[in-house]
Amino acid sequence: MNREIAILGVGLHPWGKWGRNFVEYGLKAARDALADAGVDWRSVPFVSGAATMRCGYPGYVAGATFAQALGWQGAEVNTSYAACASGAQALAAARAKILSGACEVALVVGADTTPKGFLAPQPGERPDDPDWVRFRIGLTNPTYFALYARRRMALYGDTPEDFAAVKIKNAAHGAENPNARYRRRFTREEVAASPMVADPLRLLDVCATSDGGAALVVSSLAYARKIGKTNAPRIVAISTVTPTFPNALVEMPDLATDSAAAREAQPFRAALPRKAYEEAGIGPEDVDVAEVYDLSTALELDWIEDLQLCARGAAAKLTREGATRIGGRIPVNPSGGLACFGEAVPAQALAQVCELVWQLRGQAGARQVQNAKVGITANQGLFGHGSSVIVKR
Amino acid sequence: MEACVKEPFLPGWFTLDAQAPHLIGTRCAACGTYYFPKETRYCRNPDCQSTDFEQVLLSRTGRLWSYTDAAYPPPPPFVAPDPYRPFAIAAVELEKEKMIVLGPVADGVGVEALRVGMAMALTLEPLADGKLTWKWRPA
Repeated sequence: MNREIAILGVGLHPWGKWGRNFVEYGLKAARDALADAGVDWRSVPFVSGAATMRCGYPGYVAGATFAQALGWQGAEVNTSYAACASGAQALAAARAKILSGACEVALVVGADTTPKGFLAPQPGERPDDPDWVRFRIGLTNPTYFALYARRRMALYGDTPEDFAAVKIKNAAHGAENPNARYRRRFTREEVAASPMVADPLRLLDVCATSDGGAALVVSSLAYARKIGKTNAPRIVAISTVTPTFPNALVEMPDLATDSAAAREAQPFRAALPRKAYEEAGIGPEDVDVAEVYDLSTALELDWIEDLQLCARGAAAKLTREGATRIGGRIPVNPSGGLACFGEAVPAQALAQVCELVWQLRGQAGARQVQNAKVGITANQGLFGHGSSVIVKR
Repeated sequence: MEACVKEPFLPGWFTLDAQAPHLIGTRCAACGTYYFPKETRYCRNPDCQSTDFEQVLLSRTGRLWSYTDAAYPPPPPFVAPDPYRPFAIAAVELEKEKMIVLGPVADGVGVEALRVGMAMALTLEPLADGKLTWKWRPA
């Protein structure tokens, strides 16, 4: 059985700190995706929304919220919440619906409006919630990214200059992306002079939180042929695996890792693309372009290794050699990544797929990766949620 | 002052022995997996269905797995001192329990005094609101 689906249309609302209601961003992205697909809204029988927890009830029922904003026309809806992987899970729900034959075409939407500064826990005295406890003793999200970064320095000899090289590379990519929030190039000196946030990570090593929206129109391959889009990029894998006990790495919001006293510790991040490769029946050597979740500069290096684009510990060297730049052997984050977008949680995993679609169609303009045929995304967030999607043409 | 510094910010998470404090965890009676914070309901080992746990004191020393600091005041519920003073944060690997436990580093010990692999020990210090927390310090 062919388990592939087609991506007929993509759309983004530019990332920024617009301060408007998240529904506006999702609506703009959805209308762009529908127009790009050439699909009439009235003929979409399924809307899959990625939830936001920061925007009240409409955010909890995002699928219905976007369907209502587009105008109720009787479509069935779904809402997925999976932290940073919410968009990928919403996409997986649409794929399941299509592959089961329950519908031919679906709209997937995620959008968010974020507060300024550190992401903070829900209010109230809640000692049973590790998220509350870790903030009570002062552990923010950058704390975790910095622990991973320092660990790279100790294990592989990475330096703050290696991390800065990721920022410089992504900033150069994002400067060419009209949907990116930050479109400025940076120098090594500027990164090194930015304020320390969580040693060894500086302000320009850590991603911001942003407002933004992303949408995809996806369909069965038969439907794509029927409307004359036989060559549309196809989703050939969606991995949303959970960790395997005991998880080797201390993850937000936990205060400790699982104990490996009874079973050998298992890495989580690497398991996400591994399952995607298996599902697609391809390997890392087949990948032409990758969009990875650079919550920090150092984390992009971890992802490059988790995707097996180089040996463990070799990602800083790969970056220094220019292999991950557009024009290099394996461009990473041609969109500019989170470094240039900032994170709009429920939209981010979908925005990664949008970028791959533009790359695979040859529509990425000045940031085009030449002759890209296979792209992979990778993303991970709070509490064992992550995703990896492979797109092919 | 003496009375208020003895109150932990969370009761039952660590012993109040000022000289040699321990984090309080649990251990699955069936498979031996350790938990911190305490797990008393279900073992999370997929091959174990035990609901039987014993309370244990975790090792109070370990090796520094990684470290960082908080250069900016974390948001509430953290209570930031005024003026704010950055503090270091440690991830310490416990050998017997085979787990890594996070915590702030003792006052006055900055990242420049830390090295991955060094020996660390548990200590107790007050947060800015006077409530005691566990912290790590070089052993």
